[in-house]
Amino acid sequence: MSDQAWETLSNQAVAASGVVYFLALLAHLVQWSVLRKLPVSVGAQSAPAAAADASGGVAVVTGPATHTHTAEPRDDEQRIELFGRLGLLLTGIAGLAHALALVARGMAADPNRVPWGNMYEFTVSGTFVVTVTYLVLYRRFALAWMAPIVTFLVPSLLMAAVIWLHKPVTPLMDALESPWLVIHVVSAVIATGAFTVGGIASVLYLVQDRRLRKGEVSDRGYLARVPGPAVLDRIAYRLHAFAFPVWTFAVLITGPIWAHQAWSTYWNWDPKEVWAFITWVVYAAYLHARSTAGWKGRNAAILALVGLATLWYSFIGVNFFSTTSQHSYAAPAVVVTPEAR
Amino acid sequence: MSTPPRPSLPDGHAGGTAEDLSAGPAGTSGAPRRPGELTPRELLRWLWRQLTSMRTALVLLLLLALAAVPGSVVPQEGVDSLKTSNWKEEHPDLTPIYERLGLFDVYDSPWFAAIYLLLFVSLVGCIIPRLGVYWRALRAQPPAAPRNLTRLPDSTAYRTDASADEVLARAREVLRGRRYRLRRTDPAGPGADAVSAERGHLREAGNLVFHLSLLVVLVGFAMGGLLGYRGGVIVIVGDSFSNGLTSYDDFAPGDLFDETDMEPFCFTVEDFSAEWVMSGPGQGTARGFRAPISYREDCAGTDASEAKSYDLRVNHPLSIGDTDVFLIGHGYAPVVTIRDGEGNVAAGGPRVFLPQSQDFFSFGVIKAPDAKPGQIALEGLFYPTFANIDGDPVNIMGDDKNPLLSMSVYTGDIGLDNGSAQSVYALDKTGTEQVMKADGKPFRLDIAPGQTVRLPDGLGSVTFERVVPWTRLQISQTPGMKLALGGVVLALVGLLGSLFIRPRRVWVRARADGAGTLVEVAGLDRSGGGDVAAELAEVVAALRGTDDTTARGGSGPSRAADPDAAQATPEATGTNEEDA
Ligand code: HEM
Repeated sequence: MSDQAWETLSNQAVAASGVVYFLALLAHLVQWSVLRKLPVSVGAQSAPAAAADASGGVAVVTGPATHTHTAEPRDDEQRIELFGRLGLLLTGIAGLAHALALVARGMAADPNRVPWGNMYEFTVSGTFVVTVTYLVLYRRFALAWMAPIVTFLVPSLLMAAVIWLHKPVTPLMDALESPWLVIHVVSAVIATGAFTVGGIASVLYLVQDRRLRKGEVSDRGYLARVPGPAVLDRIAYRLHAFAFPVWTFAVLITGPIWAHQAWSTYWNWDPKEVWAFITWVVYAAYLHARSTAGWKGRNAAILALVGLATLWYSFIGVNFFSTTSQHSYAAPAVVVTPEAR
Repeated sequence: MSTPPRPSLPDGHAGGTAEDLSAGPAGTSGAPRRPGELTPRELLRWLWRQLTSMRTALVLLLLLALAAVPGSVVPQEGVDSLKTSNWKEEHPDLTPIYERLGLFDVYDSPWFAAIYLLLFVSLVGCIIPRLGVYWRALRAQPPAAPRNLTRLPDSTAYRTDASADEVLARAREVLRGRRYRLRRTDPAGPGADAVSAERGHLREAGNLVFHLSLLVVLVGFAMGGLLGYRGGVIVIVGDSFSNGLTSYDDFAPGDLFDETDMEPFCFTVEDFSAEWVMSGPGQGTARGFRAPISYREDCAGTDASEAKSYDLRVNHPLSIGDTDVFLIGHGYAPVVTIRDGEGNVAAGGPRVFLPQSQDFFSFGVIKAPDAKPGQIALEGLFYPTFANIDGDPVNIMGDDKNPLLSMSVYTGDIGLDNGSAQSVYALDKTGTEQVMKADGKPFRLDIAPGQTVRLPDGLGSVTFERVVPWTRLQISQTPGMKLALGGVVLALVGLLGSLFIRPRRVWVRARADGAGTLVEVAGLDRSGGGDVAAELAEVVAALRGTDDTTARGGSGPSRAADPDAAQATPEATGTNEEDA
């Protein structure tokens, strides 16, 4: 296959995955709209156990779930089941197309390379990690409630990437050609994906927390089926606790090693570095907040979201708003201005 | 003695500090103290407690993040000095204010340093006492079993036919196998009916290692900034460089830099090449920059070391001892010979022209102060690939496919006689006059390699011989780099331990009652993030592995361990009880 063909394939695969994600979103919307009509107790036999599992020993001593199966919601239950599975299946298919898009993107370059040479490619990779994180943890953390959010977020970001960030395949500039680039960017992308999924859990934590504070305890609707604050807090923490060391590795180890090789200074306070550092510090503050009286819970969740904002700013914003960035993926600065000899 | 305002005590410290206040020594005056009055010692102690509290650490962390922001918005002297001076010119009103605030040098500014130094003081004050606590905890026995195990949130109970002693022996074996430390108990004494086990001490060790490693990183980073240097130099292909202060075009030493630490190497840039992309996307850009150099590690000694060669490339710096040499830029140096009116060579050899844009359209100056009858200076442009498109001179790309020099000529006092230092890249035109053609229009040289042009007025001639490339090299010595790297790696290892090791306690109690033996098992996760339920289930399963005849007591752990229980379909996500 020619490079051109690979590139076309990649573009088509991105489009296809966007469409399939959207179909998955529709399936989940149908699923949740049916669920709205049903009280939570229906069809939720394993819910407490699943939630307890995700939360890790929050509620171990529970009696066998007592259940009232009435005949009337049977049909609905089946439809819910059907659309839930359909949505998950479609998300999986979209994820495959997404992966294909990335592989084809790498094959389209001459010489072949990793598919993260510019913002477009980084966004496509980052959203892919969001999907993978969600799918991998779907069972373990009982993430069904996250389905509509992920299937909305990922195609939206893909669409934004295609519209605003798309660039034809170009060879990597020399400074980017290093094994450290692969390691650095892979870890940055993985951390970005995991932080993003963790951020989703934190947002819902805040929503649930507020709802409970206000005493809204409806047993119907979407929110009634999202796990409670304690479980969400635990899920968010686990994701952040995973992402934080990965981010540390990306930003404070491989980044400086690569920067040293490419630009001679391992840490130069270039805007991209500054924002990656800010992100790191904010997430460190989040981890502290979780074990500080008075900061637990709500404030910690807010810090996690501040962290997410700085993360996405350091990834996208810096390239658009900041002064100089060697990370701008532009050609290397050739204009040199030595002082008088 | 001044009276500090009564500080409001944070909840976490209220107990201890309030006690200190009332029980502390009386004020120096001997007079009865007003409530809330602190002696200086108490005040200091109070301040220290504040500084080393978790909350302060948190606030300082956020402050550090906030303080780092301006440096990404305002151009920084240390990152891009050209951009900074341009910005200053554009904002004459803001510049003095920003300068006073240190906003052009945020990361070296006193207020930024104040924040991180305070943070590190807080860190030391926080971590050192924890070291002691940890040391004691390491040598302490796992705590005895609580009286009522089934009251703990994570607990279970079952009956078995095995005797209590058998159950406890099995429990010891199982827990030891799971790398728990066991409490030594006197077989006859109290507590002999239970096994107490603990595991995961390394979590706290990880936390301590992480925080202390941050100090190592700080030291390594500071060493680089204080003791190291960074210099830039342009070396024309064929030329040599020998390491020394005067060899650099620009030089940025750290505050404690010592010239004698510079390594005595020297090298010659043998060649330079780049691959130009001639078609497709990215056309006109270059990659694959290569500058083969030959170098000697010691050129100063009497027995100079042998010459070695190295292929200098982007991302492949040359390390000589502690010093690294990087290829960071390139450009063209036209070789021009100027003969004066008397036919003597007044200037010759390559002259560095500086690229003005990414297509290497370059600007430069060539001076011949010794030319007779008049001094000669050329100022103008270099086109690597010249083309005449509809009468306009255009540079097509950066490769030197069709080089052309286009220069104006000046004569008179070109300014090298008065002894003042002058840039080789600029011409001071105050004492000069531009050379004109007979028709009164400015005279312009447009020459390709190999061509010679006679200057008007018998000034002489100019020959454009050929073009040689130059390389821009950055040379830096960064002491402490390995220390900083080692520190971060250690910090990461500590962090992993701190985040993923789960400190746990497990208790097993077995008591014979009328119908057999009642076994109670309970677990406690001390990290606040763990799933002790699954652990408990596994322990119970292992305990009962030998006898699965009896009925179950509690249902919790076994259910949580049941893989089906984790099945999560949307119907399965209900609100947890704890929300209700
Ligand atoms: C340079 C600044 C600091 C950074 C980047 C930092 C980072 C971190 C991180 C990432 C954690 C999470 C590890 C975990 O959850 O076990 C943590 C935990 C902790 N930090 Fe810091 N820290 C800093 C300064 C401090 C200071 C000044 C203190 C003391 C006041 C402190 C006390 C603690 C404690 C006690 C924990 C353990 C919390 C727990 O057990 O969950 N840290 N720190």
